[in-house]
Amino acid sequence: MNDKMLMRGSHVIGEAAVRAGCRFYAGYPITPQNELTEYMAGAMARLEDGTFIQAESELAAVNMVIGAAMAGARAMTSSSSPGVSLKQEGISYLAAQELPAVIVNTMRGGPGLGNIAPSQGDYFQATRGGGHGDYRTIVLAPASGQELADITRKAFDYADTYRTPVMILGDGMIGQMMEPVVFPEPLDLKKLPPKPWILDGAKGRPSRIIRSLLLDVSVEEDQNWKLVRKYEQITREIPAAEKYLTDDARLVVVAYGTAARIAKGAIKRMRDIGLKVGLLRPITLWPFPNRILVEMSRWVRHFLVYEMSTGQMVEDVRLGLEGRSQVHFYGRPGGVVSTPEELSKVINTLYHRQNLQEE
Amino acid sequence: MATKVFEWPRYLKKAVFHYCPGCGHSIIHRLVAEVIDELGIGERCIGVPPAGCAVLAYNYFDVDMGEAPHGRGAAVATGIKRVLPDRIVFTYQGDGDIAAIGTAETIHAANRGENVTVIFVNNGVYGMTGGQMAPTTLIGQNSTTTPGGRDIRRDGAPLNLSEMLGIANGSAYIERTAVSSPKTIRHTKKALTKAFKVQMAGLGFSLVEILSPCPTNWKLSPVDAVKWVDESMTRYFPLKVIKDLAPDLK
Repeated sequence: MNDKMLMRGSHVIGEAAVRAGCRFYAGYPITPQNELTEYMAGAMARLEDGTFIQAESELAAVNMVIGAAMAGARAMTSSSSPGVSLKQEGISYLAAQELPAVIVNTMRGGPGLGNIAPSQGDYFQATRGGGHGDYRTIVLAPASGQELADITRKAFDYADTYRTPVMILGDGMIGQMMEPVVFPEPLDLKKLPPKPWILDGAKGRPSRIIRSLLLDVSVEEDQNWKLVRKYEQITREIPAAEKYLTDDARLVVVAYGTAARIAKGAIKRMRDIGLKVGLLRPITLWPFPNRILVEMSRWVRHFLVYEMSTGQMVEDVRLGLEGRSQVHFYGRPGGVVSTPEELSKVINTLYHRQNLQEE
Repeated sequence: MATKVFEWPRYLKKAVFHYCPGCGHSIIHRLVAEVIDELGIGERCIGVPPAGCAVLAYNYFDVDMGEAPHGRGAAVATGIKRVLPDRIVFTYQGDGDIAAIGTAETIHAANRGENVTVIFVNNGVYGMTGGQMAPTTLIGQNSTTTPGGRDIRRDGAPLNLSEMLGIANGSAYIERTAVSSPKTIRHTKKALTKAFKVQMAGLGFSLVEILSPCPTNWKLSPVDAVKWVDESMTRYFPLKVIKDLAPDLK
């Protein structure tokens, strides 16, 4: 079972979800993430206790997930950018009702219908809440097949631990890419921590309510502060990032997901010609790994944020650094994926313009 | 020896209803609680309250209750029931909730034959938000958004959701009743009992549409409001069994 397998990214998420105990999936077709929906259809059919529903809409899908989560199942839905916009209603409710669920966003070019090419234009929507109200969503950004397997397991665990929705933020490239992967052993569902809050009929106990309507403003305020304390705990406990060749770096590229892989290629080229360039790859986009960024600012005076968007994560980098170092930006939106050569030129130009070779 | 002929239903909390005088929700809540009690399903019931006046239903029903976003009751109920197929899952929804914003979720849940019970309270108006036009508002009926009366050319005709659901392949039992008189109230209880029994027998989607007075937003006295249910609403929404795949199940 634990042999290395060559698998498509979307299938990796599906298989890892099943092994993480996901027993409920509802989704609605949208390119470029249909391979995941299709994988879940097969996987859930093979399980005795699995449910797959092709919902009538993204809205219905996420609301089915709300119901499944209320009933205690590990539940997942997936979509791509325009579909995730529709799911935001449900994600706000999941956060408010403190229900665990995993939402996969395989981003495509936008806004609007956009196109089906890989993009990172949904960073704001994913990390700022996206739906209405005062809440945050844990956002995980995998960059390889193996990491998809590991992060999907983590996503379900985080969702249960913190009773909150967790988003896996990938893109069409991550979803379609085939890479070797070793899966973790399937979890024994019986060994998962009990959920003493679920709705399963009030047999032998008082009845329970899962709600988000809190008409008394002071009760609503208390609940919002409670959520804030939870988000602060998450911010202390789970930030993660990969550092690559940063120890002696004079310029560090900050990029996540597909952009980080392109950046890595460019950084290798720069190292070959003697430029001291490294990579910081946030794995948790919310909570953003500020501490690692700030630590690095002790010796890195220049950060170049590279995104497949017109500049979204760059705001978090600036906020995290609070003026400690200079932040530059390079990005291409619309589903255009830069080549490592193109990014190399950008890095090379910036490096020399800032006279970093003379330090 | 005194015989007890009337008591507080086990699955109705001893809370004071917030509903307006003459509103049908209080009656319907009691009927649903009595049915849950009599069928002995209270310990395995999970209810899904709506957005709208009855959103606080979880303050009254003493069973597990999980709130759905506006209109999404059928989808949330689907999720619960698929995970826990041996539990009894019901939604409680108003006309604005089920027949406007939640039309898609409701029709598709019925079409999939989701084995859940829907209690659809039709008072022809958006109650909680202050009396705006609902999909079920009658032609010529005044509401805050149809000040001159509903105009069929501008606003469309009232939506016969239950008839539409009757066409859906997966619906097993659909009936329209009212709570405008002791007779219709007694009949509504029978319909609710049947709807839950259809679910217990695993036959598919069941729904009871209940015509219910809203004196406050209709700007009528409670007495005139029940008259209006009988005389005006039933003309467009006739009280009848719309679909019954289990005629022998009482």
